[in-house]
Amino acid sequence: MFVRVSAAIAALSILGSAALAQGAKPTDAQIAHIAYTAGVIDIAAGKQAIEKAGNKDVKAFAQDMVRDHEAVNKQALDLVKKLKVTPEDNDTSKTLSKQATEKLAELAKLKGAEYDKAYVANEVAYHKAVNGALETQLIPSASNTELKSLLQTGLKIFQGHQQHAEQVAAKLK
Amino acid sequence: MRRGSYLTVAAELLFGTMAVPAQAETIQITMTNLVVAPSEVSARVGDTIEWINNDVLAHTATARNGDFDVMMPPRKTVTSVLKKAGTVEYYCRFHPNMKAVLTIAP
Repeated sequence: MFVRVSAAIAALSILGSAALAQGAKPTDAQIAHIAYTAGVIDIAAGKQAIEKAGNKDVKAFAQDMVRDHEAVNKQALDLVKKLKVTPEDNDTSKTLSKQATEKLAELAKLKGAEYDKAYVANEVAYHKAVNGALETQLIPSASNTELKSLLQTGLKIFQGHQQHAEQVAAKLK
Repeated sequence: MRRGSYLTVAAELLFGTMAVPAQAETIQITMTNLVVAPSEVSARVGDTIEWINNDVLAHTATARNGDFDVMMPPRKTVTSVLKKAGTVEYYCRFHPNMKAVLTIAP
């Protein structure tokens, strides 16, 4: 479990360090891509959990994640369309996707209560990492005010998800 | 039954209805960025709650004691009339950390 959790954190800290290393802030097109990718990752994890989870709270949580992240990503797509911005793939998005694919494969091997715990623990860590990245990197770097505002709304929603995940995790112990 | 009794009953019904002390009110409760506001509301049986969902997400107002379960689609306003008195804790089934209290007087 520690490996998975630290993998999620490592993926997101790359987000910070990659941008810093280049000495340049990510552009709005890159930010949009990163935020959308982060959502897609959690939707995929949620769909896997809806199939695999045994605990009803875990399953309900996974359904909430899919519903909410799909809704937020739809907002993001509508916004980039309106702003005529084409989300631009970048190293951070690529690293996130790669790590997430590996994690999905790891989780796929687990079963029952072991899976439930690992999924929820990863959701706590993942939301924590994404929220940290939004707060310290993505929101401050966004230039368009509408994009910034959507990211801020996203942060509030995802902070709620993090609390929810923590509550579910506490009940599993 | 004699005619007089009918009149008495009718009069009781009529005045009984008219004797309702306060007019029913409409109270707004909003859900914005996963926060319920106001988090504590006092109302009366017969009042209407206007549940305003400002989020792009679906929410519910679900009473812990089972008295009501209102579904709010994204960015929609839904109304419901309070039917039972009591202090009711409610939450969102999709976002259980959204919690609030409705105190409903008879």
